[in-house]
Amino acid sequence: MHSVSVKDLKLNFGSVEVLQDLNIDINDGEFLVLLGSSGCGKSTLLNCIAGLLDITDGQIYIKGRNVTWEEPSQRGIGMVFQSYALYPQMSVEGNLSFGLKNAKLPAAEIATRVARAAEILQIEPLLKRKPAALSGGQRQRVAIGRALVRDVDVFLFDEPLSNLDAKLRADLRVELKQLHRQLENTMIYVTHDQVEAMTLADRIAIMRAGKIQQLDSPNEIYNRPVNKYVADFIGSPSMNFMNGKIGAKGLTIGDVTLPVDGYKAAGKLAKGNVIVGIRPEHVATGNDVRDAAYKTKVVADLLEPMGADTLVWAQFAGHELRLRMDGQNKIEEGQEIEIGLNAESMHFFDHKTEERL
Amino acid sequence: MNSGRDAVADISADMARGPRPKKAFSLPNFVIYSTLTLLAMYYLAPLYVMIVTSLKTMPEVRLGNVFSLPREITIEPWIKAWATACTGLNCDGLSRGFWNSVQILVPSVVLSIAVASVNGYALAFWRFKGANILFTILLFGAFIPYQVMLYPIVMILRDIGLYGDVWGLVIVHSIFGMPILTLLFRNYFSSLPLELIKAARVDGAGFWGILIRVLLPMSAPIVVVAIILQVTGIWNDFLFGVVYTRPDSYPMTVQLNNIVNSTFGEKEYNVNMAATIITGLVPLVVYFVSGKLFVRGIAAGAVKG
Ligand SMILES: Nc1ncnc2c1ncn2[C@@H]1O[C@H](COP(=O)(O)OP(=O)(O)O)[C@@H](O)[C@H]1O
Ligand SMILES: [Mg+2]
Repeated sequence: MHSVSVKDLKLNFGSVEVLQDLNIDINDGEFLVLLGSSGCGKSTLLNCIAGLLDITDGQIYIKGRNVTWEEPSQRGIGMVFQSYALYPQMSVEGNLSFGLKNAKLPAAEIATRVARAAEILQIEPLLKRKPAALSGGQRQRVAIGRALVRDVDVFLFDEPLSNLDAKLRADLRVELKQLHRQLENTMIYVTHDQVEAMTLADRIAIMRAGKIQQLDSPNEIYNRPVNKYVADFIGSPSMNFMNGKIGAKGLTIGDVTLPVDGYKAAGKLAKGNVIVGIRPEHVATGNDVRDAAYKTKVVADLLEPMGADTLVWAQFAGHELRLRMDGQNKIEEGQEIEIGLNAESMHFFDHKTEERL
Repeated sequence: MNSGRDAVADISADMARGPRPKKAFSLPNFVIYSTLTLLAMYYLAPLYVMIVTSLKTMPEVRLGNVFSLPREITIEPWIKAWATACTGLNCDGLSRGFWNSVQILVPSVVLSIAVASVNGYALAFWRFKGANILFTILLFGAFIPYQVMLYPIVMILRDIGLYGDVWGLVIVHSIFGMPILTLLFRNYFSSLPLELIKAARVDGAGFWGILIRVLLPMSAPIVVVAIILQVTGIWNDFLFGVVYTRPDSYPMTVQLNNIVNSTFGEKEYNVNMAATIITGLVPLVVYFVSGKLFVRGIAAGAVKG
């Protein structure tokens, strides 16, 4: 049984079609991340699952129950928002217990659940404070706690870490992952941050203009993106793209021809124009060049040192090529570097449909 | 010599540290303060005349020197204005009008704010059919001159049997306050994050639960603004009071007018001045008291949770 099933979901705002015929099944205990650029409909989808938006068409199932017409509070979900959305005039305790009081739970039960959530999230010393007296990280913990006390099977997160600074975001990310391990409930997590998506997700759904482009494990999405958009979206620095042509002798880019042996095509690799993608970290440098199928030299035009590694901007076969080298390499701008390319770490896309070949 | 002076200048430039010292006197400050002082005197002069006149005896008022301080201070005019001044109908001063005004004011303020907050809340968060049209009509309502509706309302009140009743006037005040108060609440609620409402819905709060338990507790600043608007507006009202109530329930402003305008022999300027000040006291107190609350309310509201 799926934990959450969205069937043929359609949502219009007036005449604007935001989601069209969207289908997705989320497994029990899965951590699913909805990833996409701003405005692609991630929050809209989450709000539809939560019941905060009236959908135009389709059905939503949670735990096998059709909840399409049910109120958010009846759906068995908890939700955490980007702006925390804590009730400013209530103490932390009041915030945590508000939903339980609305559900008319006995006072003893409420106290037990609040105490448990406070313990899990380590916010016991804050229970009497008002939200205004909390830091951003503490507020987000309380917001998570408010979902936790509901004792539900499905958690919905809408960019919960976006308002926090980088360090805190990294810390809370790990805590969220641990929380998921501990609770083992289903989590649907919206973000536009690919690092969050890659680190947290069991599966990632990449969305674009209201459609799911690819729904796969982070590893699969990184290694076998289904189209150029996904390939470009995932990975930082992003993938290099070049125009090429597959012919009898292999792949021709500009005046360079390379072998395509080792490329795992979906079907048989047909001859014709293709878009070639290669990630900066998959351009071989240093000792790795020895084993590469194709070797050449490029000039480092510009360097972007980032400590652990250095991003090199160069020209290759009439295209811009970014490549990533170990940060300990002593290289200078204008210096020649030896690089190697392998077809197995390349991605070929149809030059018209931009689908993976 | 020259080089010596430069050295001194350099040292003083190097000493610059911390807040820049403020000049005690400068031309712009002088212009600003003298203008403000003059304007303040201009606006305070009438108040001064009223206060000193109200504390003079009639023989002294007759001397005609309006700016002079009273030679012999008396509170007799104040007592008379409050308790025994006569209108054409009765001789119990402003006190009758004061209590009538209170009876009109309290229910009007409570009713109008209660209804307007619900209106504003519904318009801000619950996108129902025709919400925009309703809002436009409300906005339009804020600009209709009162005089146009004076007589139709008389007829309506007569038909529902409230003409001349204090409650009739309460309803009229509440209705006329509705456009601007609804606008006020709608805009305030619209400025709150929508996610707050969403969170409350997930927590199982309904239409009223969200309003009463989540929104109103954080609406102190706007409620204070609404109270100021309504108290001053309703207390100062003369037109509706004289049209929609009977003489025995006339509000204070109408009573004041009747006291000032009914003359038996000579005009008692000291009593009239005292009566006017007493009548204006309520809005004045509201400004002073709520001004402080207002700032505190805004400060409290500014801290977003
Ligand atoms: N209440 C609304 N009315 C009209 N359009 C909306 C509304 N909410 C969102 N949209 C539109 O729907 C699209 C998806 O929005 P959203 O789901 O918030 O995107 P995101 O992926 O950034 O969360 C956007 O183009 C946005 O402009
Ligand atoms: Mg969003």
